[in-house]
Amino acid sequence: MTGRILLGLALLFLLAFLAAPEVFAPLFQPLTRNDAPAIYTQTSLLSLTLSHLAIVAAAVAASTVAGLVLAVLVTRPAGREFLPLARTVTAVGQTFPPVAVLALAVPLMGFGTGPTLVALFLYGLLPVFENALAGLTSQPPHVAEAARGMGLTPAQRLWQVDLPLALPLVLAGMRLTAVISLGTATIGSTVAARTLGEVIIAGLLSSNTAFVLQGGLVVGILAVLIHHGFQAAEARVRRRTGQG
Amino acid sequence: MARLSRPAILFALIGLAGLALPLVQFKANRIVPGNEVGFAGLPWGLPILVILGIVLIAGPLPGWPATLRLIAAVGGLACAALSLGAAARHLVPDGNTLARVSPGSGFWMLLLAFGLIMADAVTRLRPRLSMRWLMLVGTLVLVAALLGSGALDGVSVMREYDARRDLFLREAQAHLTLAFGSLGLALLAGIPLGIAIFQAPRWRGPVLGALNILQTIPSLALFGIMIPIFGWIAATLPAAAQWGVSGIGAFPALVALFLYSLLPVVSNTLAGLTGVPAATREAAAGLGMTRAQVLAQVLIPLALPVLLAAVRIVLVQNIGLAVIAGLIGGGGFGTFVFQGLNQTAMDLVLLGTLPTIALALVAGIALDLLVQASKRTAS
Repeated sequence: MTGRILLGLALLFLLAFLAAPEVFAPLFQPLTRNDAPAIYTQTSLLSLTLSHLAIVAAAVAASTVAGLVLAVLVTRPAGREFLPLARTVTAVGQTFPPVAVLALAVPLMGFGTGPTLVALFLYGLLPVFENALAGLTSQPPHVAEAARGMGLTPAQRLWQVDLPLALPLVLAGMRLTAVISLGTATIGSTVAARTLGEVIIAGLLSSNTAFVLQGGLVVGILAVLIHHGFQAAEARVRRRTGQG
Repeated sequence: MARLSRPAILFALIGLAGLALPLVQFKANRIVPGNEVGFAGLPWGLPILVILGIVLIAGPLPGWPATLRLIAAVGGLACAALSLGAAARHLVPDGNTLARVSPGSGFWMLLLAFGLIMADAVTRLRPRLSMRWLMLVGTLVLVAALLGSGALDGVSVMREYDARRDLFLREAQAHLTLAFGSLGLALLAGIPLGIAIFQAPRWRGPVLGALNILQTIPSLALFGIMIPIFGWIAATLPAAAQWGVSGIGAFPALVALFLYSLLPVVSNTLAGLTGVPAATREAAAGLGMTRAQVLAQVLIPLALPVLLAAVRIVLVQNIGLAVIAGLIGGGGFGTFVFQGLNQTAMDLVLLGTLPTIALALVAGIALDLLVQASKRTAS
């Protein structure tokens, strides 16, 4: 209960801060030196936040679709041959540092939002794929038996049994992807993507801690809210499918 | 008739695309756009193109033992790397220090295709643990020999390396210090903390909750916030400054990485300790062991595989995150990455990213093997 109240307060603070950042200037003023501005005003914080969220949402949506399709493919009879390989590639892929993926996408895509989207998409693919795979392969044998006994076709089994049962784990994968992407997107500003990283980097370049802190604060609160939102959705789906 | 291997068909398609795409990109200097050269544009390119093509097309045929596939993959990788080096020597006139030859899309596709064939063959071989150590060391020796032989010296990344050899070694050292130093600090602080919340269950929620929130702060912001904090501490406490605490350089980055490492270490210590069956603990107590003895001689050895898994997570994560230190003047390979991005000099970006990826891969594989070895001794 106290957790919910704290989350609600965090959300309220975030909305108030984004709606009227200047009101909070006295809060950040002690962190500046030489009368530097306390609130980032080159671009409106609200539009940066929305752009940041849009990039993350697009990347998470794309990696969820691709990860799910891949996981379904390698668990069908026709694709089973790819399963061990897919596991190895996932394990190796996750050791690739996100910053390195971002930097390597630049020569392919040029500067801007493109490389950030690609890096977030590629990096986000792995948790979703891994979790979807776990969800699709770890079902108790009696579930599959019962579905077959009811006379469901393989396609019906996929849509009506396998995917709904795998949903909580897929959501958990999306949660990991979303939280990692929120943080990594800030680094996208170094390659000219419009994200909240712009505020942090402006702070680093002008030694203005107030900027660093407000950029980090907004991303941090967003991450906590999204993390808990997904967790709540997971618990709900789990209850609905009788898994806990 | 036996069926064709489907994964091998995929590898063949990727590899053939790699052969068709340009092997290298040639630029008159670092900045101008370049023109692309494929195998067909090189004097000895055609025979290599044909041989690699035949190997790739023959791959899907049934009946190839996994060992042979592994040898073919290693051969293919070596062939691609040597071709890259030879192309660089051929395209750059002697004594020209401005021209740049960088790996093209075809080279990366070939690397991917043969890398996948290698991963597939190793998965099928299911080698024993000792064999896998040998493979890891063998791969490292081969790569070192290739780099040391000078065969790749004409390639742009190696040119960049040559131009700043001393700096590269210094930044490599800084990167390793950041990654391993923060890991060491996290183990020193995290294991006792994990043991403490194991003994006092009502602290588990608050401690893990706080560490979880720490994890959500974007790395860029955490690195940035450390600078003024430690700058202030160093300015107000001369004694702290004497101990190396400072707001500039590697120190803020080290602390930021340490903070990110705490959650995996603490939560895995706790998970490892709670995973030991109660019966085992009671039996140890029944033998007359004190609480400290039970902890040191029974619980910690049994929790070791889970602890090592945390070391793997932290090390791989920190090798990657240490790149961001380059943005706040903390050193490491990130220095080259961000310098390269600022100057749009992609060869310099590669000089920073390739060693980082290699380090993360080697650390990940080596620790996976250690985790498996420790599981064997623990059971």
